[in-house]
Amino acid sequence: MTSLNFEKVSVQYGHRHAVVEFSEVVRPGEWLCLIGPNGAGKSSLLRAIVGIVSFSGNIVVDGTTLHDRNARRRAQLVAYVPQSPVMPSDMNAYEYVLLGRNPYVSHFGSESVHDTAMVNSVFERLDLSDFTHRQLGELSGGERQRVAIARAVAQEAPILLLDEPTSSLDIGHQQQALELVDKLRREHGLTVVSAMHDLTLAGSYADRLVLMHEGHRVVGGTAQEVLRAETLAEFYGVSVHVHHEPDGTVAVIPRRSLRT
Amino acid sequence: MLVLALLCGAMIGPAGPTWWRIPLELLNRLPLLTIHSGVSESEWNIIWLVRMPRVVLAGLVGCTLSIAGASYQGVFRNPLVDPYLLGVAAGAGLGATFVFTINRAGSSTWLIDPLPLAAFGCGLAAVLVTYVVGTAFGGERSSTTLVLAGVAVTSLVTAVQAFLLQRHSDVMREVYSWILGRLSTATWTDVRLVLPYVVLSTTVLLFHRRLLDVLRVGDDEATALGAHVNRIRLVVVLFATLGTAAVVAVSGLIGFVGIIVPHAVRLLVGASYRVVLPLSFLLGGAFLITADIPGRILSNPAETPIGVVTAFLGAPFFLLILRTRQASR
Repeated sequence: MTSLNFEKVSVQYGHRHAVVEFSEVVRPGEWLCLIGPNGAGKSSLLRAIVGIVSFSGNIVVDGTTLHDRNARRRAQLVAYVPQSPVMPSDMNAYEYVLLGRNPYVSHFGSESVHDTAMVNSVFERLDLSDFTHRQLGELSGGERQRVAIARAVAQEAPILLLDEPTSSLDIGHQQQALELVDKLRREHGLTVVSAMHDLTLAGSYADRLVLMHEGHRVVGGTAQEVLRAETLAEFYGVSVHVHHEPDGTVAVIPRRSLRT
Repeated sequence: MLVLALLCGAMIGPAGPTWWRIPLELLNRLPLLTIHSGVSESEWNIIWLVRMPRVVLAGLVGCTLSIAGASYQGVFRNPLVDPYLLGVAAGAGLGATFVFTINRAGSSTWLIDPLPLAAFGCGLAAVLVTYVVGTAFGGERSSTTLVLAGVAVTSLVTAVQAFLLQRHSDVMREVYSWILGRLSTATWTDVRLVLPYVVLSTTVLLFHRRLLDVLRVGDDEATALGAHVNRIRLVVVLFATLGTAAVVAVSGLIGFVGIIVPHAVRLLVGASYRVVLPLSFLLGGAFLITADIPGRILSNPAETPIGVVTAFLGAPFFLLILRTRQASR
């Protein structure tokens, strides 16, 4: 199991500060969920980890800063599922998941027997065997999400980053996708960092929540500690009712302002 | 298919022996084989010195334009891109125009023919300008900007060329016949001239076929998968351009091959670059050799430029692709 430390991480687009001196320690095997309004810097932080945007400060994986790792080594440590993955409609699911092996193949090389065996076992483990030869363009939203997660699993990285894994799914598929992540995390000891908008789902699956606002880390802790009506009112500008279930689950229900 | 096209190309032509004797004679020329084909020595010269270089050159040009086209389509993730997009064609055209206006006749005493060199140099220079401009303003998402820069460079270069032609209207005919593409004057020297570039560029491109598949998921995700997106794009563009500029220098501008062939391959075997690149290479050679045949016999003894033939086939095919793409949305 692998830890992930953020040390004063800042991301800047031109003059706009997307993330400002973000510090946090993600423990090995933990599921940390970033929450916060649109533009809070959640996605930018995830994109910084995988090298899509440059950052200042340090991101330390298992004791070594990412600045000192090359792109392939970094991709062996961190797998990333973006909010809306690019899925070429004329690519089949097998070819797509095989891309997850890229970090293990040299520049001019091709996949080894081990790589293809690995991809086959991912299809089996994720119950996707029927999908192997389906074109990505034919898949439904829920199926696409599972295939995208399958590619990340094929990367065999100990850290999994998920940007809005449930945003385009119905409630059933939302649960299915998160259950899958939870199962993978337990089976493989993955450290998970996700960005999510659905606060109830975030609270029920993640071990810890971190609220971000305008690039800053505001507050972190368990769902009970972070999901408080006053906090959410302050940073989301929303009036909510926070409902505590006996089992510890926290449900966040937006309140309608006028009822006629 | 490529072998078949090679044979057909060697067998069909306005002068020379009866067609069926030629494969026999070719076998006869192989070591350890003796077959009586009834082909005389002068007829063999027509085949070996006139037809064969032309067929081989057409094959090389077709292979290179097709694999370069498929590679460009891969790195720019744009199915309608072809090798000429980045200004190669316009640059090479300008280079040729320079040579013609400076007086081609006078240059025949030179040690080497300056035409291919000028076309090659200017084609490569145009692409470099496109690349520098495109990446300077493109920032992280350079793919679209690069294509736009190519369009700008192309129109600038074309304008310069038009200006030159206006000043030297006497060479207009020669320049246009070069632009329309010609394989008719091919010699073994031409083949030797392009062969090293073709071998180098296609080898490098073939080695990138897996990475072109990685790029299909976009720059961001390819980066997250550990690929050096900009480095891959630079290398592929450079080598595709190298091959293109080299073949353009000897064959003139032959359009649409780089679009038709890769798309035909995709329709046949799917879109993975692992198969699209090698098959485009093979099919492209076969296609251009075949396309060259009607050019030789249609208006015998005059020749229809091969660029006209490919454009005739290419333009409708291009529209067909556009239509099927729209229908599939």
